[in-house]
Amino acid sequence: MKNTTIIFGISALAIACAPFALNTYWVDVLNNVGLYAILALSLNIILGHAGLFHMGHAAFYAIGAYTAAILNTTYGVPILWLMPVAGVLAGLFALVVARPIIHLRGDYLLIVTIGIVEIVRIALINNVFDLTGGANGIFGISRPSVFGFKITKPQHFYYLIWGFAAATIFLLLRLEHSRFGRALLYIKEDEVAAGGSGINVPQLKLIAFVIGAVWAGMTGTIYAAKMTIIAPESFSFAESVVLFTIVILGGSGSIPGVILGAFLLVGLPELFRGLAEYRMMVFGAAMVLMMIFRNQGLVPPAPKHYAIKPDLRAGGAQ
Amino acid sequence: MEEFFQQLTNGLAVGGIYALIALGYTMVYGVMKLINFAHGDLFTIGAYLGLTLLLSFGLFDKIGPLAAVGVLAIMVMILVAIIGALLERVAYKPLRRSPRLTAVVSALGASIFFQNTIMAIYSPKFLVYPHDILPKMAVNILGLDVPIIRILMFLTSLALMAALYFFIQKTKIGTAIRAAAIDQGAAKLMGINVDRVIMLVFCIGPALGGAAGLMVGLYYGQVNFSMGWMYGLKAFTAAILGGIGNIPGAMVGGLLLGVIEALGAAYISIAWKDAIAFCVLILILIVRPTGLLGERVAEKV
Repeated sequence: MKNTTIIFGISALAIACAPFALNTYWVDVLNNVGLYAILALSLNIILGHAGLFHMGHAAFYAIGAYTAAILNTTYGVPILWLMPVAGVLAGLFALVVARPIIHLRGDYLLIVTIGIVEIVRIALINNVFDLTGGANGIFGISRPSVFGFKITKPQHFYYLIWGFAAATIFLLLRLEHSRFGRALLYIKEDEVAAGGSGINVPQLKLIAFVIGAVWAGMTGTIYAAKMTIIAPESFSFAESVVLFTIVILGGSGSIPGVILGAFLLVGLPELFRGLAEYRMMVFGAAMVLMMIFRNQGLVPPAPKHYAIKPDLRAGGAQ
Repeated sequence: MEEFFQQLTNGLAVGGIYALIALGYTMVYGVMKLINFAHGDLFTIGAYLGLTLLLSFGLFDKIGPLAAVGVLAIMVMILVAIIGALLERVAYKPLRRSPRLTAVVSALGASIFFQNTIMAIYSPKFLVYPHDILPKMAVNILGLDVPIIRILMFLTSLALMAALYFFIQKTKIGTAIRAAAIDQGAAKLMGINVDRVIMLVFCIGPALGGAAGLMVGLYYGQVNFSMGWMYGLKAFTAAILGGIGNIPGAMVGGLLLGVIEALGAAYISIAWKDAIAFCVLILILIVRPTGLLGERVAEKV
């Protein structure tokens, strides 16, 4: 326990100091890692904790980003104020689409979510409701500002993104050990037994779905602010696959694992820029090998221990 | 009305392709309860191998177009079947006893691997099939000019499907495949070599998919490294539509999806063509997850 605390402390410190040691290019790479880490963490609630095979996460991310972009460019609302709006809309969308499909079994759900993300992408390309700007997307999204300080440089975004990531991690740790988090774990381990113990399985699954979507939607806002231009191709099915892979390879259900996964899948390929043509090939092969030799992921979640209350020890309630 | 029937024949021709690919999904799912995500890429490999063989041997000049397509199809089918069997051996066999998600992720990994290997070997660009290899003429059927290639495609898919149907229903090996699909454990006890059956399924499915790839190359005249993904998803939709695990279901589902899509593209909007197929997928999973012909309820705890 001591060792892990030290490792986490050093990693957190390293992340906090990184922009001082790195050039702008690498800071930007770390920004992308951060965005993917947050998105993967939000997917982790659905996939890792609730055990729902969801491969359409880019749809929620897209809805958040487009909501923020449209409201920002049309009405000039400051972009960071739009985070809750984007989150709520993504969450509502998730509620509407997930409600009828939440009962589907594993791989069926996977296929349906792929269908949803493709439909969203096609809708964006076809300029649905005349709002999304078609295949070119939306440009001219304004830079965010915090208390009058305008965020423009990658170094500034770095602290915005990783600050949000830190908040996300804190909240997710709270969630993981809450009554809700424990119920999700139970559902993942044994759905029937969970239902038998009085857990409302479909409802909790739906809540997990919506929480993940809200978070992805809020992250979409940051993405839109960082890029100032968004297009449907940024939210393709391939993005969903990358997120899915981050969670599975990192260790589904494990927060440090997912963050490590984001570094490996988004950060590491930057080291092999010259081999760009082959890196996806290596990814594919790595996924197969990982599943054969270590299918629980690189850093699987530690088994949970809960102290038994004294009055429940041997003999039960007195 | 003319337009309607033209779209109908087009839909049937494309539907035949969906059906051929769907058979690969449905057979694998039937025996292993696994969605073989790499199947669409085996289809792409078929299309590319067809192009390579076509260009390297120059068969069309030597033995005439129809015989050449026949020889080409057989070569492609054999090669893709070998790749399919290798895929099974490397990526799925070690995972027989693992949780279902692991095999799905392994399949996705294999798919990404195949796609990028094709891209690295060939190129990210669209490659063009030679234009003048098949006769361009149209046949007049009941006052309707139907391009001969559509008819050939439709007939070829029907012939392959019929051959598969009789193989599965009438031969001893086919019976073994059906037995393994119903209950692997019991099949083993009856002396069926289930590993061999799975290997065989991973030869037949990809062979049909490879043939479909060749047909798409000849029909549309161009191939791309990522095309297998969309065809794969559509074919999977077709398999679900007909009832996954059910072989006649995949045939019916494929043809039906092809027609729905062609008519939808013509009368609703061509830009939403792909979305129509996915809407069909979602609706069928919500309303009738067992598909049109599916009888077995898949829910197992």
